[in-house]
Amino acid sequence: MSEPLARTPLHALHVELGARIVPFAGWEMPVQFAGIIEEHQAVRKTAGLFDVSHMGEARVRGRDAAAFLDRIMTNDMASIRPGMARYTVMCQPDGGCVDDLIVYRFSETEFLICLNASNAAKDIAWMRSLIGPFKVEVLDECAAWAQLAIQGPLAERILGLATALPLGTIKRFGFAVGEVAGASGCVVSRTGYTGSAGFELYLPAASAEKVARALLELGKPHGLVPAGLGARDSLRLEANYPLYGHEISERISPIQAGLGWTVKFAKGEFVGREALRRQAEGGPAASVVLFSLDDRRIARQGAQVYAGETPVGEVLSGTHSPTLNKPIGTALVAAGYIGSAELTVDIRGNRIPLRIAVEPFVK
Amino acid sequence: MSNVPADLHYTKDHEWIKVAADGTAVIGITDHAQAALGDVTFVDLPKAGKAFGTGEVFGAVESVKAASDLYSPVACEVLEANGALNDTPDLVNREPYGGAWMIKVKVKNPGELAGLLDAAGYAAIL
Repeated sequence: MSEPLARTPLHALHVELGARIVPFAGWEMPVQFAGIIEEHQAVRKTAGLFDVSHMGEARVRGRDAAAFLDRIMTNDMASIRPGMARYTVMCQPDGGCVDDLIVYRFSETEFLICLNASNAAKDIAWMRSLIGPFKVEVLDECAAWAQLAIQGPLAERILGLATALPLGTIKRFGFAVGEVAGASGCVVSRTGYTGSAGFELYLPAASAEKVARALLELGKPHGLVPAGLGARDSLRLEANYPLYGHEISERISPIQAGLGWTVKFAKGEFVGREALRRQAEGGPAASVVLFSLDDRRIARQGAQVYAGETPVGEVLSGTHSPTLNKPIGTALVAAGYIGSAELTVDIRGNRIPLRIAVEPFVK
Repeated sequence: MSNVPADLHYTKDHEWIKVAADGTAVIGITDHAQAALGDVTFVDLPKAGKAFGTGEVFGAVESVKAASDLYSPVACEVLEANGALNDTPDLVNREPYGGAWMIKVKVKNPGELAGLLDAAGYAAIL
């Protein structure tokens, strides 16, 4: 029996704005409002407002909070300064990914962690199972927070109309806590998942609708539009940001995913270290590549990749890039076939050459 | 509510077919189908001369979200594919019953048309 779908605090607003609602990771989420391409272009040229309240949150606090996080995360946690955030992966002992997360440090002993919606319950159980002797507690705050992302070149100007927080002083991956559109206790961070400038807002759930309505109204003259998960996916793929369940998963490690920069072997023991070290030293059996196609057909998740007639991998994500006006995607390709042989992807019986990208399509 | 013109025949897979007096017909997808697909980025169509049986896949529509097969409503032979969709696939979103017709065909057995849905029958399944 399947669980009923959860609704974010902005569900009524989505319906009012004419969203097409789809089930996603156990939630009813807006996939699009005016249209995916139009929303995508707005984020690249003006700004878009996303409801990402399906994302989960956990608070980790206690005397050993930093040491605990360093034991369970791949990236260096102890060196995060209060008021800053860091992207990291949390791994299994075999190097597979439990999740990828952003860790916000509030003080020496207090952190807030952003979890993927589909993994939130699993992550919290996983973290609690590893507490052992550490003096730390892991609090489930998924229901307490709503999240909005305001993204695009005009995001800062628009958000500045709704808050007195000194946005200009917030560095990339920095954050401040204060009032937005009259709602107090909001966490405003210069982070995002689009490849465009912007902020992510953690809001007390009861304030979310008020803040979203205020931002949409203040931003409308500047071209701010409500944007859905469809545009969020094409934006993140142009920027080559991984999505859990696609580029990283329990079977695809951060080393394979090209996220080796998040794995800090020098910091000491952490879960997955030995397996990841073996992959890093010996080279992983397969790696994730970003590609575009000189074609109009989109290579979707699961499409087979070939070197000549040999199957050497599969597509992990695929979409249409509005910026390039052609299909883009990612694929997991066996070691030895990347950069050497001519790779093709099978789309409905057509073999289309993969053009491997060495850099993201937007920076 | 999506638009369902009265003068067309429909399939439950959301194709429409419009028959001309000379026995040729044009085939496309419905307003409901284009709305469900979202922004169309590519339409994969067959060459003239290809023949398809009833319900056979004759092409595909790609949107940002998904690829969707196109099914031939009746047995037919392709006379022409709509070249305009090559450069402006988004015509499918704007004019699903007009400029975005997909293939012009010769219907093998005109009697088959009677087995398709009429506008009221199609509207009833939406």
